[in-house]
Amino acid sequence: MGKVYFENKSIVLPGELVAEGKDLEITGSFYKVDDKVYPKCISLLEIKGPNKIKITPLTGKTYIPRVGDLVIGIVQEVTLSGWLIDIRSCYLANLPLREALNEFVDVFTSDLSKYYDYGDVVACKIINVPKSKLIQVSVKGENLGKLVGGRIIEISPSKVPRVIGKGGSMVQLIKQITGAKILVGQNGRIWIKHPDPEVVCLVAQAIYLIDKASHISGLTEKVKNFLEEGMKNLMKK
Amino acid sequence: MSPRYDGRKDDELREIEAKVGILSEADGSALFRIGKTVVLAAVYGPRILHPRHLALEDRALLRVHYNMATYSVPERKKPEPSRREVELSLVIKRALESIIFVEEFPKAVIDIYLHVLQADAGTRCAAITAASLALADAGVPIKDFIVGVAVGKVGERIVLDLNKWEEDYDSEKLKQDEKMKEFVEYYGEGKSTDMPLAYVPREDAFALIQMDGKVPIDEIDKMLKLGRKGALQIYEKIKEVVRKKYLSIPL
Repeated sequence: MGKVYFENKSIVLPGELVAEGKDLEITGSFYKVDDKVYPKCISLLEIKGPNKIKITPLTGKTYIPRVGDLVIGIVQEVTLSGWLIDIRSCYLANLPLREALNEFVDVFTSDLSKYYDYGDVVACKIINVPKSKLIQVSVKGENLGKLVGGRIIEISPSKVPRVIGKGGSMVQLIKQITGAKILVGQNGRIWIKHPDPEVVCLVAQAIYLIDKASHISGLTEKVKNFLEEGMKNLMKK
Repeated sequence: MSPRYDGRKDDELREIEAKVGILSEADGSALFRIGKTVVLAAVYGPRILHPRHLALEDRALLRVHYNMATYSVPERKKPEPSRREVELSLVIKRALESIIFVEEFPKAVIDIYLHVLQADAGTRCAAITAASLALADAGVPIKDFIVGVAVGKVGERIVLDLNKWEEDYDSEKLKQDEKMKEFVEYYGEGKSTDMPLAYVPREDAFALIQMDGKVPIDEIDKMLKLGRKGALQIYEKIKEVVRKKYLSIPL
């Protein structure tokens, strides 16, 4: 049996004894000493059930890569065999030729920058996170590839699940109310596109709101009101 | 008999102030003040390390840059890194390494900049506390906050959190000053020995112990216990500041 020393939805700090005991099911960012559980970062503690807790970090700008994640990267280098991409991690990601193109390309005569150039924004999927080499990504798949137009904003990667919402509910809500195209990268980069730049700004503000206040309850309602107010004001102009 | 030079009790800390997240471009940042000593900390990382040959195979490289602003002391300090700053950068790095989970980011780097804006003794201790806050603000995984505090033997008294005046204490010099003679009565004969400490509450251990001076060995234990007491007070205060920040997010 386990004991939890804080209430549900408490802010817990690194080094604080949050819970203790065997048979505790814990997810999130934490470390254990014997049966004692401590957070590694400033986090939100959620009690999901008897003996089940979740410790979600509230801070952190660095993305920790996971296979299968969709991320939004910016091309940093064009090499002979592909491209090196900044995905907001402490490692660069490699997009090899075979994961970008279906056609045969002669690397000695063609200039790869005509496909993806320095500064291009690319939506890609993480396909491998090897221990010592570069992270491997691919643009083969739905919704992947170069993102043209629109605007990129950055939030903490730990807040991405809140922006997406349960089953995509939060991001769907934003899309519904504003009509904007939104692509959320797991690395905290979000692409927003809409013909009206003021709507893009409104969406950006709503997302920054979620980033700042992700641990406050009733957030979905607040975001809904914020966006509806904002859209109403824009319609008036 | 008058109390300490600034009116404090032997086991009393100076006034503390802390702020987190004040530099928007840094991954994490903090401002920490104890008395008149003020330190600004900025953390960048974990991030890609250049040049690559400095990378460590199995952990992140920790780079600590402790420096004092030229205006932080009464006599302008030259801007180039002094030998003292190089040494303090190293000892602070060793102290911080004991709390950061560096194995989670092999080959990456975590840069920690500690800028002393105003120096009134205890700068390396304040720098360590500021670094701790900035690391937490940056979301760098740590075992616990690490708190710096100095203890010392000023004349014959063992005191907590020395200021510059106490660090420079010399009873022989003071006896010749009419206005200062009374302090010799309080502190006693002798000079000053300061002992900067850094304490990790979760481990109940010191990650840094330095000493500049001479102290009888049977007094060391008393000084360390006093240091731990002061460190725990600072610890509670900084945690309160961090928690308040997250609980009071206005919408």
